Amino acid sequence: MSSLVVNNLTVSHGAIRALTNVSFEVQQGELTAVIGANGAGKTTLLRTLSGLKDAESGSATWRDRNILGKRPEDLVRRGISHVSEGKSVIPELTVRENLVIGGLWRRDKSGTEKAIKEAVELFPRLGERMSQSANTLSGGERQMLAIGRALVSRPKLLLLDEPSLGLAPLIIEQIFSAIKNLQTSMNLTVVLVEQNATSALEIADTGVILNLGELVASGNAKDLLADPALKSAYLGY
Amino acid sequence: MRQLIGTLLIGLTLGSIYSLMALALVLVWRSTRVVNFAQAGQAIVTTYIAYEIVTRTGVFWLAVLFAVVAGALLGAGVEYFLMRTLFRHVDEGPVAALAPVIATLGLLGVIKSLVGMIWGNDFRSFYPPVSTDNFVLFGETIPFSRFNILVILSTTVVMIIFSFIFQRTDLGLSLRAAAFQPEIARLAGIRVGPIRTIGWVFAGVAGAIAGVLITPNDVLSPASLDVLLVFGFVAAVIGGLESLPGAVLGGVVLGIGVSFVLNYVGTTLIFPTVFVVLLLALIFKPNGLLGSKKVRSA
Ligand SMILES: Nc1ncnc2c1ncn2[C@@H]1O[C@H](COP(=O)(O)OP(=O)(O)OP(=O)(O)O)[C@@H](O)[C@H]1O
Ligand SMILES: [Mg+2]
Repeated sequence: MSSLVVNNLTVSHGAIRALTNVSFEVQQGELTAVIGANGAGKTTLLRTLSGLKDAESGSATWRDRNILGKRPEDLVRRGISHVSEGKSVIPELTVRENLVIGGLWRRDKSGTEKAIKEAVELFPRLGERMSQSANTLSGGERQMLAIGRALVSRPKLLLLDEPSLGLAPLIIEQIFSAIKNLQTSMNLTVVLVEQNATSALEIADTGVILNLGELVASGNAKDLLADPALKSAYLGY
Repeated sequence: MRQLIGTLLIGLTLGSIYSLMALALVLVWRSTRVVNFAQAGQAIVTTYIAYEIVTRTGVFWLAVLFAVVAGALLGAGVEYFLMRTLFRHVDEGPVAALAPVIATLGLLGVIKSLVGMIWGNDFRSFYPPVSTDNFVLFGETIPFSRFNILVILSTTVVMIIFSFIFQRTDLGLSLRAAAFQPEIARLAGIRVGPIRTIGWVFAGVAGAIAGVLITPNDVLSPASLDVLLVFGFVAAVIGGLESLPGAVLGGVVLGIGVSFVLNYVGTTLIFPTVFVVLLLALIFKPNGLLGSKKVRSA
């Protein structure tokens, strides 16, 4: 059964068309990589799916219910968590507070504490820095914190926007393996936006390739990786 | 020596009231990115309400209670009916940045003329719960009264309650998260809209308390809180405009400065002094007294 269904989605920023008739589906428990160069519309796609941006036309449903035109704070309550582009943490708060805010809406303190514990198990470096200001974290730690915050909301669908941006290869590897780990252990559905095409497609089940706002290919991640035409045209290697 | 201590104590009294007004302005600024000139108008309405209660019942604390509730309601009302409407209709370009501020300035004018129509423009006195007579120690008068002690104590209690709410409660965490990064707060599930209204409610409460505390040492008229607004704003800027502890410290620093000028120089130099203090603060501590270069403090 398809969990996330995007159909003919068109989104504009004023006069600029960022996505044109994009359609794809993600199955329950599947990890999909969304690949594309700068300006391809990846961020716009995620922002539309999480309620931060309004669509112009088309549809998007999660578990058979419309998600377009909804508020992000309501979509979180339906299990959709978005880690937005560029280390989405609040630098003025402590590491712990950044995690806690993900669970405030559930009004279940012990559940939140448990989720925080699990996030810290996944990213032990956060555990040593709980009372530090998030401002003092390194780029990689911030990314871990941003993902941790999303996990505290207990998502069913995780939207990740370029978690590897600006990070060293070793840290990227750690974060990617954590993402893969989450998908399998928590049966999460994941949409992973990346420019890091190969690494992303290697951990993904399926992939979607965008170019200038249009979908140019989608399907099994292994097949996309092996397609020589795609390789030279869009995957950049 | 006695005059020095008296000056400091008066400075602390004035400063604690400026701090409250500064807190009100900072709370609104953080949540909505608007300098709320109408804060003085909201506070003048609540102070007249308190005046009515205190002249009818003679119970000061009942008057404070009414002022606080009215302040909360007015704050919520201005945010909900004025700000939201504006933000809904003008959301782009230079007008969008300016319109809300101009609107609060306009609202201040409207409120002051309404208050003038209802209560008249003549000065009224607001009877304090305890004496405003200066203490006499060893035959010498110290410019400090029981009421001033009460002012310092009550603002301290208010500050402690505020800092508890902001630092120790879920509501406070939501307020801070929504103020600093509204988008991330929403993605975390925080309902930023209602949280913003609550920020205005706290601001309304702080402004209302400032109004009832400053008036017994002064007179009440539709324009009597205008100076408090200016000083509160200067204190907020000195404190960095983002930081609640900064606003409190800014208020105290300004209050002590003002008190020194009052006691040693004279009233005429008050505004130039405040202006100089503001300039010095902006030049030497542009991120606020407590601010660092990198990040605002919560
Ligand atoms: N707020 C905005 N206002 C106007 N145009 C925008 C806005 N955000 C994005 N765009 C435009 O929409 C298009 C898609 O941008 P988007 O950010 O979705 O791309 P992306 O694939 O995430 O790129 P990157 O890899 O650089 O993050 C681009 O042409 C961009 O200039
Ligand atoms: Mg992007």
